Amino acid sequence: MKAWPALVSGVLFGLGLTLSGMSDTAKVQGFLNITGDWVPDLIFVMGGAVVVTVLLTPLVLKRAAPLMADSFSLPLTAALDRRLITGAILFGTGWGLSGYCPGPAVVSLLYGYKSTFVFFIAMLLGMSLEGRVSHWLSHSER
Amino acid sequence: MNQFIAPLAGGLLLGLSAIWLLISVGRVAGISGIVWGSITGPDRNWRWLFIAGLLLGGAVTHMLIGQSIPSPSGAPLWLLAMSGMLVGIGTRMGGGCTSGHGVCGLGRRSPRSLVATLTFMAFGVITVFVLQLINGVSS
Repeated sequence: MKAWPALVSGVLFGLGLTLSGMSDTAKVQGFLNITGDWVPDLIFVMGGAVVVTVLLTPLVLKRAAPLMADSFSLPLTAALDRRLITGAILFGTGWGLSGYCPGPAVVSLLYGYKSTFVFFIAMLLGMSLEGRVSHWLSHSER
Repeated sequence: MNQFIAPLAGGLLLGLSAIWLLISVGRVAGISGIVWGSITGPDRNWRWLFIAGLLLGGAVTHMLIGQSIPSPSGAPLWLLAMSGMLVGIGTRMGGGCTSGHGVCGLGRRSPRSLVATLTFMAFGVITVFVLQLINGVSS
């Protein structure tokens, strides 16, 4: 597969995250604060993004192959299992605590704030420990 | 009304980014997976280029378009570290984050992604609610 199209995609994504306000942790936490002083702006981010992908993804996937690679590399797992739910619970909790999810955290490294670097390093550490945590969880429930 | 134009434009760009990555090289624009894959490989090249583009796009917004840079998070560093750990463990365990499940997975109408998205949104909301309660008590 060609690699350069990913640069184009990354630029669009970086523009999208910053223009939309997703790289502003106060705005993200304000959006999640539906029982308090709710900041509705970000519903348009998710809405705009999902409208595009819902409409266009089926058209793209009608093709036998992508334009510059041999085949589509899509997730193969289909199970609605405990791993999926537990992971989403942990992720959502972490997201609420700081207002950072992975994309905004990466793009916010640009701002040079110590807080972003602490989050980012901890996120990489968490990713590297996931195997052990999952192993521990699956053994502790027996 | 104007306050919604930038978020909507940003959201449309996120969607177009995901569609471009899918139609060009057949990959999912899931940032947690791209970041982790850029370190653990295989196929690291496109992932590094994506991350470079992400930073470049952010630089364009703030340096060329002139949008102001957001303030730093007010959370204490230990809380940011805890948040990062949970996001790291959770996104690997659940197989995606806001982009992979939320933007790309919903586009594919994946039931897994719908369940994941509803779950992490709900827990994001609950967490901020609890933070508000604690802040309310302490202030």
